Amino acid sequence: MIRVVLPPHLRNLAQISGELHLEIGGAVTQRRVLDAVEERYPMLLGTMRDRRTGERRALVRFFACEEDLSNESPDTPLPGRVAAGEEPFLVVGAMAGG
Amino acid sequence: MSRVRLLVGTRKGAFVLTADGTRRDWTVSGPHFGGWEIYHVNGSPADPDRLWASQSSSWFGQIIQRSDDGGASWQPVGNDFAYQGPIGDHLWYDGTPRPWEFKRIWHLEPSRTDPDVVYAGAEDAALYRSDDGGQKWQELTGLRTHESGPRWQPGAGGMCLHTIILDPVNPDRIFVAISAAGAFRTDDGGVTWQPINRGLRSGQIPDEDAEVGHCVHRLAMHPSRPDVLFMQKHWDVLRTDDAGGSWREISGNLPTDFGFPIAVHAHEPDTVYVVPIKSDSEHYVPDGKLRVYRSRTGGDEWQPLTKGLPQADCYVNVLRDAMAVDTLDDCGVYFGTSGGQVYGSADGGETWNAIVRDLPAVLSVEAQVLP
Repeated sequence: MIRVVLPPHLRNLAQISGELHLEIGGAVTQRRVLDAVEERYPMLLGTMRDRRTGERRALVRFFACEEDLSNESPDTPLPGRVAAGEEPFLVVGAMAGG
Repeated sequence: MSRVRLLVGTRKGAFVLTADGTRRDWTVSGPHFGGWEIYHVNGSPADPDRLWASQSSSWFGQIIQRSDDGGASWQPVGNDFAYQGPIGDHLWYDGTPRPWEFKRIWHLEPSRTDPDVVYAGAEDAALYRSDDGGQKWQELTGLRTHESGPRWQPGAGGMCLHTIILDPVNPDRIFVAISAAGAFRTDDGGVTWQPINRGLRSGQIPDEDAEVGHCVHRLAMHPSRPDVLFMQKHWDVLRTDDAGGSWREISGNLPTDFGFPIAVHAHEPDTVYVVPIKSDSEHYVPDGKLRVYRSRTGGDEWQPLTKGLPQADCYVNVLRDAMAVDTLDDCGVYFGTSGGQVYGSADGGETWNAIVRDLPAVLSVEAQVLP
């Protein structure tokens, strides 16, 4: 079970509260986690990454285990503690603007 | 008794304002989509309880929301705004080519007859149409791929398609305006387009009466007279009597002919409203006085409307989509400001009241009359 935390705006958009809990078989990568989030909540398509190129939106960041994973390859396995459900995968709106 | 519903988009959410036909006491609901920029909210003439909202954020991109119950509840629909065919280039601010890049939807224009059909105007400029209640969006590519497209250049606010007018008589005719490309018309449902900028003169571009490159801020039409259009341009207020074949300036005695919105009275096709602002860099009303100017002669002769509007220490702007009229008799006129006020007049502009004063900066106002 993978734990995902979305920023408040996206939780409101998807009409969810608290963490998401997702079952993902096989390797747990950023791409597969986001695929699973978007599959369950299609209204989030395009909000975290470009829906055609798959590139992360410029002001969206991915954190886990106190690391910034934003610029990791989307196919790099996420930290073991995320894959084990011990730590959440955090989608964060970058601290910028007003 | 009829009711009036105002749909207000702001920098930080949408608000729905309602009143009975007297338009004296208003109820404010919202914010809907709090914290998101709501460029436009509009209602279907075919089903007034079907509303559309363009919700966007620099962080999370573009969302289209739809309500089927007059704004009580909303559901996100499709938001896949792809440029179709070869992407191509337009000009950037520095005159160099730059590929089209989708940023947001500025304006949503529902069909007059089919609640499932809605048009969307995008930045970078493109026109989209949905036939299935907003689930899928199809670009009308003939506009963006017009031979002049590579010469289009953004205005200060971006290269936005901000005005969509569906001809009430001829379903194949659509007018659009793009900042800073100009006005365009299709007579075949959006397959082919022609620039309709003859008579526009813009001293800020090298060829001041070029075919394209004019910064059109807004177009307005009265439904009984679809060949007559009014335009607020970057500078100049203009009028055409032949569906854009040629334009003539009608700025007349306006204190400044710079501004953004322009609207036509619901029952008097020669009664037109503008809100002049000072220069193209200060962007607030002259002399600290908020004045709507009305012409009852189709232009040229304008009178200031001030009763109930602040006449000292007021430095707000009214954006291009932030003025609307209702269809009651007397005609209601409404506008929202960059200071978060929404003003309304229930008598064609003679007297005004602040319906609400402290919203986020207002981006758009639309009016609906409900049974």
